Amino acid sequence: MELSGGQIVVQYLKDEGVEYLFGYPGGAVLHLYDAIFHQQDVKHILVRHEQGATHAADAYARATGKPGVVLVTSGPGATNAVTGIATAYMDSIPMVIISGQVPTAVIGSDAFQEVDMVGITRPCVKHNFLVKDVNDIAETMKKAFYVATTGRPGPVVVDIPKDITDPNIKVPYKYPKKIKIRSYSPPTKGHPGQIIKAVDLLLNAQRPVIYSGGGVVLGNASAELTEITHLLNYPITNTLMGLGAYPATDKQFVGMLGMHGTYEANLAMHESDFILAIGVRFDDRVTGKLAEFCPHATIVHIDIDPASISKTVKVDVPIVGDVKLVLNQMLSVLKEHKKRPSKKALSAWWSRIEQWRETNCLEFDRNSDVIKPQAVVEQLYQVTKGDAYITSDVGQHQMFAAQFYHFDKPRRWINSGGLGTMGFGLPAAIGVKLAHPEADVACITGEASIQMCIQELSTALQYKTPVKIINLNNRYMGMVRQWQEFSYESRYSHSYMDTIPDFVALAEAYGHVGIRVEKPEDVRPALEKAFALKDRTVFIDFITDRTENVYPMIESGKGHQEMTLRIAPGTPIDRELA
Amino acid sequence: MRHVISILIENEAGALSRVAGLFSARGYNIESLTVAPTEDATLSRMTLVTRGSEDVIEQITKQLNKLLDIVKLIDLADASHVERELMLVKVSTSDETRGEINRLSDIFRGKIIDVTTNSYVIEMTGASDKLDAFVAALDADSIIETVRSGPTAMSRGENGLHL
Ligand SMILES: Cc1cc2nc3c(=O)[nH]c(=O)nc-3n(C[C@H](O)[C@H](O)[C@H](O)COP(=O)(O)OP(=O)(O)OC[C@H]3O[C@@H](n4cnc5c(N)ncnc54)[C@H](O)[C@@H]3O)c2cc1C
Ligand SMILES: Cc1ncc(C[n+]2csc(CCOP(=O)(O)OP(=O)(O)O)c2C)c(N)n1
Ligand SMILES: [Mg+2]
Repeated sequence: MELSGGQIVVQYLKDEGVEYLFGYPGGAVLHLYDAIFHQQDVKHILVRHEQGATHAADAYARATGKPGVVLVTSGPGATNAVTGIATAYMDSIPMVIISGQVPTAVIGSDAFQEVDMVGITRPCVKHNFLVKDVNDIAETMKKAFYVATTGRPGPVVVDIPKDITDPNIKVPYKYPKKIKIRSYSPPTKGHPGQIIKAVDLLLNAQRPVIYSGGGVVLGNASAELTEITHLLNYPITNTLMGLGAYPATDKQFVGMLGMHGTYEANLAMHESDFILAIGVRFDDRVTGKLAEFCPHATIVHIDIDPASISKTVKVDVPIVGDVKLVLNQMLSVLKEHKKRPSKKALSAWWSRIEQWRETNCLEFDRNSDVIKPQAVVEQLYQVTKGDAYITSDVGQHQMFAAQFYHFDKPRRWINSGGLGTMGFGLPAAIGVKLAHPEADVACITGEASIQMCIQELSTALQYKTPVKIINLNNRYMGMVRQWQEFSYESRYSHSYMDTIPDFVALAEAYGHVGIRVEKPEDVRPALEKAFALKDRTVFIDFITDRTENVYPMIESGKGHQEMTLRIAPGTPIDRELA
Repeated sequence: MRHVISILIENEAGALSRVAGLFSARGYNIESLTVAPTEDATLSRMTLVTRGSEDVIEQITKQLNKLLDIVKLIDLADASHVERELMLVKVSTSDETRGEINRLSDIFRGKIIDVTTNSYVIEMTGASDKLDAFVAALDADSIIETVRSGPTAMSRGENGLHL
């Protein structure tokens, strides 16, 4: 088959089984867009800003496990995509970004709309390519998809100069079934000796905790994680990125850990003598003060990326490998093993955890006459029967979503954890809805975050992706205000906006349904109405308590044992529990 | 601690900048870096000298290994190895100083590879501290310029870094 470069890209995407291409046209990709025009297999989603394309593709990947694919033009199109590429990179999301580039002959001459995309994205991609020959397109695309989706996943940029997609230059095309990169062989199974060592430690633990995260979601190992956790009857905590990898409603789940984690999860970590860390990267939001992190624990760490191991916290038994394979290896060793965990030690450990649980650290004022953000999430959980896909933006609302929506399944909780990108939520919801048209999809956001990619409301109309936008409108950049209360004597420097749009009118202007809710008793009916409107995007503007803060909180520089808890609901700063 | 890391890397545009970019982005220091193609035209060999605690060096080698362009690497601090650096020094000469400079160069096994009425270019290879010593022995005012390759290195014995 003889095809032009532009046609090869599109034919390749089709052969790769790509369903959606999120993009925005421009000069450098016009040949490509012309090739798109002539086919129906790869559906193009025209966003309103390239950042939206990257977040939508990223969320599509998070919700399905398949790579998200983006197409942007050179120069400003490419730079607009960078925030989304970095977002995907920080959370290890498989994505392929095709960017147009100026013709090869003028690269380096400050040509119109030229930026060094390969240079700009180098620190925030797993790898990137500049294609210099039309004969290399198919193989480069194959490499890009292979690298993006294997090992520790991540975004890969393929930068294609305009002349390489010239419709007048045709070359033979064949889908490359296999590819080999001599310098790249992602780990698979764990080292058997390490597995045995780990199982021995695991079975000898007196106060064990399983600390698991995003790697379990990325590695599709929820079933294995659940099995091993049940088999051992050990307490388990998840990172923000791991929520849903283990059912949150299960009694062994002690909640999220870290800065806004539960009292029981953080204290269990602090008091533990053994940690089984699975697909986590010991992020500073999780560990708190490193010098005080898990002072008594022996740590086993399973991760596919050797660089994640002993990066911030030195571990005792590293296991490099894919989480699904390694957990299966551990399970078979465990099942053969004669030893069982000490029942006595474990029941003593559980009773301590139960005591911490009784603190009820997430409790909030349920009798308030203003809407509490937590109450909205709780009701959302009930109305959607805990089975919705929830995307979120960044701020207090994100933490309330993580704490109050109990995810029982993986890939349901879609948020930007590592980069913390405001503006992620709405385009992400569109990407998820395209992936799962029958599912309920809600975006939990704040009045500041939603304005960062609000233009994607227009995309939602065009592609009929009826998502529900849950705007927890506290008239503050709440998360910023909270830090200013804790660390800057409540000097609210630029953490609020003097003007906030009328979101109901705005939603209507974009062709959607807008609802404003101001009273606690109206929360439930509004949610029910919104989800009953199956084929409409509904924007619910909840006017929430301006003063509410996220608790527990580990202030920066403190350890797990130094959480600040809410005592009297509504008081901004509460006493410290040692 | 000082570590010498020997690297086989794809001989491709952009490969070097990935290595340099990694070091600057992660705040690792590069003391020196040499790179040139090998007998296999698809590969370059790089010698990188860096300093850091054991933890930092461990991260450096892990992060380097993640770069797709890097085919293989070895931390030579783990093995006994030889190191050689090349230096060219241009010194000003006069009838009075020429003899002394000749003698000094001989002692350090230097070679004079360019001569004008009032200058020499001296070529010298050796361990970096030998080159330092030679520079220190010269009259500082006579040095017009120096250029050093940075160390290149390989392990002792029959094992080698290859595909
Ligand atoms: C406002 C805000 C507040 C936050 N507060 C908290 C908080 O209180 N608690 C919290 O936990 N986080 C919090 N975060 C998120 C935090 O910044 C990190 O993103 C998060 O903790 C990282 O999660 P993780 O350790 O699961 O790693 P991820 O970033 O999900 O990384 C996954 C790890 O798994 C590995 N991996 C990938 N695939 C596989 C595989 N197949 N097999 C084995 N390993 C694999 C990767 O190499 C990596 O090491 C917050 C973020 C924001 C924006
Ligand atoms: C793009 C971007 N800019 C700035 C920040 C810093 N930041 C984190 S949370 C936050 C406030 C978010 O406010 P809002 O969306 O209203 O959420 P709330 O905390 O009030 O729930 C800001 C500015 C960020 N995370 N991302
Ligand atoms: Mg807000």
